[in-house]
Amino acid sequence: MRIMSRNDLLLFLGFTVVVLAMPIWLHPFGAAYPDLLQRFMIFGIFAVGFNILFGLTGYLSFGHAAFFGVGSYAAVWSFKLLSLDAIPAMIFAVVVSGVFALVIGFVSLRRSGIYFSILTLAFAQMSYNLAYSVLTPITNGETGLQLNLNDPRYLDTTMGIPTAGQPVPTLLGQSLGGFAGFYFCAGFLILAFFIAMRITNSPFGMMLKGIKSNQTRMNYTGFNTKPYTLAAFVISGMYAGLAGALLAVTDPLAGAERMQWTASGEVVLMTILGGAGTLVGPVIGAWLIKYFENIFSAINETILHRFFDVLPDGLDNALVAITSKFVGEGWFLTLGLVFVLIVVFLPGGIMEGVRRIAHLFDRKPKGRPGKAAPQPQPAE
Amino acid sequence: MTNPNVVLHVADVHKRFGGLHALADIDLQVEEGQTHAIIGPNGAGKSTLLNVIIGKLAPTSGQVVFDGTILTGRKPYQINQLGIARVFQTPEIFADLSVLHNVMIPALAKRDGAFRLNMLRGLDSETGILRESEDMLEDVGMFASREMAAGSLSRGDKRRMELAMCLIQHPRLLLLDEPTAGMSRHDTNTTIELLKKIKSRGMTKVIIEHDMHVVFSLADKISVLAQGRIIADGTPDQVRGNPKVQEAYLGGTH
Repeated sequence: MRIMSRNDLLLFLGFTVVVLAMPIWLHPFGAAYPDLLQRFMIFGIFAVGFNILFGLTGYLSFGHAAFFGVGSYAAVWSFKLLSLDAIPAMIFAVVVSGVFALVIGFVSLRRSGIYFSILTLAFAQMSYNLAYSVLTPITNGETGLQLNLNDPRYLDTTMGIPTAGQPVPTLLGQSLGGFAGFYFCAGFLILAFFIAMRITNSPFGMMLKGIKSNQTRMNYTGFNTKPYTLAAFVISGMYAGLAGALLAVTDPLAGAERMQWTASGEVVLMTILGGAGTLVGPVIGAWLIKYFENIFSAINETILHRFFDVLPDGLDNALVAITSKFVGEGWFLTLGLVFVLIVVFLPGGIMEGVRRIAHLFDRKPKGRPGKAAPQPQPAE
Repeated sequence: MTNPNVVLHVADVHKRFGGLHALADIDLQVEEGQTHAIIGPNGAGKSTLLNVIIGKLAPTSGQVVFDGTILTGRKPYQINQLGIARVFQTPEIFADLSVLHNVMIPALAKRDGAFRLNMLRGLDSETGILRESEDMLEDVGMFASREMAAGSLSRGDKRRMELAMCLIQHPRLLLLDEPTAGMSRHDTNTTIELLKKIKSRGMTKVIIEHDMHVVFSLADKISVLAQGRIIADGTPDQVRGNPKVQEAYLGGTH
């Protein structure tokens, strides 16, 4: 039995190389520092998982940040109660967010379309508000959940692992700061991508596509679509939990703002920007949004003034006044504009753009068969 | 049931929509292996009857029995798993997927049942299902378009593919809701040929049809529905000669 087709294997290997080499090829873009690279990995995982529900199954959840947040909290609690090692935290976070997704999915999936979206949004906002109010003992409210020197860490204590100084997450005793943290997250992104690829190309994945395409036909074809959609929901919830846990590994402070609806909306944008339903699209969408968020939010009026310096004074001031609305705090305005443009002109996202360009180049040689082949390849 | 050959029995079914008596006192017996046509003027309740059989609508009273199992109250997917497949008036297909995948999905439903978390195997290692699907497409003359998106097919081809999607499940009972509605003469004729071809497989069929040409060239038995009641029942010749039918439906044109 073949594990993968040739094309899939190439795609997977290519993806792996691109991810692992990120510190090198992102260097010219000024993005090759660990903190940003870690975020690329984390939100890549989030988007890949979201795509299983939205891109494959056709269910648009507006509350996936809730699972992301639950993953973060679960991971930090694991650091506090069990061990500073990252592995138990990851497992714990994925299990907890999976159970959470099972409950929310069970209720939300009683409806489809816009009602499903509204239900997920309502649940996520409910979780967000609970985290700030009733659940303060678990979430530590506005301060956020942090690691403490005198956390119990039962597993570590029984195994006699001492903690020196400020507690930080580790992997088998190794610190996970900097590039180690990046490669740790990268490993999970590659794993997450591999699993998503297997799901997409499996009979189960085809059923999900069938549900997206025509649920009525699925029912009359003999499928009970409920458990399929629930499975897709739970899987994508676990992906979100995994991503949330990784964020807690790289920065062990969990706050409720991670569950806010803007965070849920962001993953929707990532998936659509890259291309919903494609494998690499959501990852590219996540990377682009995180990259430009990083750049645009850092720009302020002083930088803009320096940029428009060559222009006459009046024009300079006018341009700065306009553009400053789109940078810094106004980054979301830019994001919104880009999103509108994408949905209107390129509804299939960046992947559709790539396909269109590839098609353009593809047609030319096919139009004149026989001409491309006999040309001798220049020696190198 | 007195007749042991009866596979589908619609027993004393009534269906009311508010004040409208859409189906009244329907008693219909379909014998194994036969093609049973249900005809009648517009609004006679043909589609309602089909929807009651397939579980889309619940009858107000009465029940539908398929091979000793009561269908009433079951969900469409459960009814399909009992061996009943349906072709819709407007083809219900997976428009975004390839023709081949459209046929593979029902084949997997037949093999794996209503739910199976089958995500470790790759689709291309399902060689059995793949071969079966390709053979099926060959059978209905659509092998050449197997890689095409189903949504881009012509209406006639969509119908043909939908038939293939039903046939690959080897259903015991096939329900056809106006299989030639909105088709050109040419597409209608190819569909009739295809239906005649599968007739030899001994599958029971219930067909709702407007087109008398289609009905008289396919049916073994015909039930005539008018205003929610069955007004005549019998072989094509019996029905054709029935004065009540002439009056209600055929209008003397035949």
